[in-house]
Amino acid sequence: MLTKPKISAILLLIALIYLSLLLFLPAIAIFYEAFHQGINVFLTSIDQRNFWQATILTLIVTAITVPLNTIFGLCAAWVIGRNQFRGRTLLLSIIDLPFSISPVVAGLAIVLLYGKNGWLGGLLASLNIQILFATPAIVLATAFVTMPFVAREVIPVLEEIGEEQETAARTLGANDWQVFYRVTLPNIRWGLLYGILLTNARALGEFGAVAVVSGSIVGRTATLPIFVEQAYKNYQAEAAFGSAAILASIAALTLIFKEILEQKTRH
Amino acid sequence: MTSFISHLETQLRRKPQQTNSTRISLPWVITIGYLSLILLLPLAALITKSLTLGMGEFWQAATAPIALSAYEVTFVTALAAGIINGIMGTLVAWILVRYQFPGKKIVDAVIDIPFAVPTSVAGLVLATIYSDNGWIGQLFTPFGIKIAFTRLGVFVAMLFISLPFIVRTVQPVLLELEPEIEQAAWSLGASESQTFWRVILPPVIPAILTGVALGFSRAVGEYGSVVIVASSIPFRDLIAPVLVFQKLEQYDYNGATVIGTVLLLVSLVLLLLINFLQQWSRRYAD
Repeated sequence: MLTKPKISAILLLIALIYLSLLLFLPAIAIFYEAFHQGINVFLTSIDQRNFWQATILTLIVTAITVPLNTIFGLCAAWVIGRNQFRGRTLLLSIIDLPFSISPVVAGLAIVLLYGKNGWLGGLLASLNIQILFATPAIVLATAFVTMPFVAREVIPVLEEIGEEQETAARTLGANDWQVFYRVTLPNIRWGLLYGILLTNARALGEFGAVAVVSGSIVGRTATLPIFVEQAYKNYQAEAAFGSAAILASIAALTLIFKEILEQKTRH
Repeated sequence: MTSFISHLETQLRRKPQQTNSTRISLPWVITIGYLSLILLLPLAALITKSLTLGMGEFWQAATAPIALSAYEVTFVTALAAGIINGIMGTLVAWILVRYQFPGKKIVDAVIDIPFAVPTSVAGLVLATIYSDNGWIGQLFTPFGIKIAFTRLGVFVAMLFISLPFIVRTVQPVLLELEPEIEQAAWSLGASESQTFWRVILPPVIPAILTGVALGFSRAVGEYGSVVIVASSIPFRDLIAPVLVFQKLEQYDYNGATVIGTVLLLVSLVLLLLINFLQQWSRRYAD
């Protein structure tokens, strides 16, 4: 029944209407709202100090978080994909935790750890190091929520390629670094790039966890996604949609790269 | 004695291997160290903080009327969104796997928008087009239905955020389903509805349930899009993650800790459920 032309057409129509209401129209609306008054309104709406500071902060946080989580992800992938040990499944589940924990709870946990009465709060205060409501907390929160992506993408690739090539290289006298750089890395490169791409997208766009730990101080600790909300709340719809359109364009680029990488990994 | 010597021998023989594994233990150190610093230490701080509160105080804050209402709004709305997407997401996966139509590749790519777009951007645009005079909201205004800034807005945001989980879980399972089996059922005289209920649906059910659980879990924790699209009024459309945030803003750290711990426990239970469902679907696939 599901393949008869008439029923097929109806099912297709229902699905496309649903997707239009939920995804297509919102996607179009972001760019319509940002540009329907002309490119000049768009440019002047975002040309303000708070926007540029939010952009710079977002780029700094992403530039710190993505490499950190890439190194961690590679190490964790090696530990899990190349070793058999008790608690392996548990470790995998722990790495997955940030996917199921609410970003707000992640932020709360960081606030409790580094806050005035937290375990590390007193120590850091006596050393005069500001973590909360400053860039370090935003980095920590972003690192928390984006932690699993690289490991998650690299582990299945590592398991699939197997150990033979690495063992062969080692027998031929390659050291660990050479084995990693010359044998493992070329094999996992597309999966790794895929993981980095997802980490990057989430790091640029994280809102909840950052909102909790940053105090969302406009012009100081507001990242771009937070600037979107602040501008909207302050009835600066143009600025909100202007920056939303920039973030949405990055998301669109991410999806295009994702498609390319998926084709590379499928082959 | 001989066994001791042979034991010693095996120990000695093992030795080079052991040095080998200690020599390349840097990845271990980084994995465990980073995991502890970024993830485990903050979570331990949260759990310890809630343990210091004492059962009485914890229970009182966890079951305060405003908290109970926030759980109800969060879980019931997320469940409704999960169920609707369980149906619609499966339908979307079906049309993507089985039908050919122009623009199919674009539709397939668009499914991932909720993964790629920042939640505040999603909230902003949903609040705009589902408001009284927005593109979609104005279709409902004549019937006296308000979507943005009500619980329906929370529902729409949760539908948005959970859709890709169901589609992307069901799609690969449908791909493996061979159309030949349906044709065989037909040719053996099964009616169309029998073919659907008895042949197509059963192998897909574990995947649908996994997708719904993943989407539900995501919707329960969602903050960014909901905080913008809802008015977050207590007892109306205030969800639990927003309540945590509000309590922090009021410097009520104990209250925030309690609600946050409840949410953490719920996500741990959901994680177990999802693991179980995934194992079930894997068993089904074999």
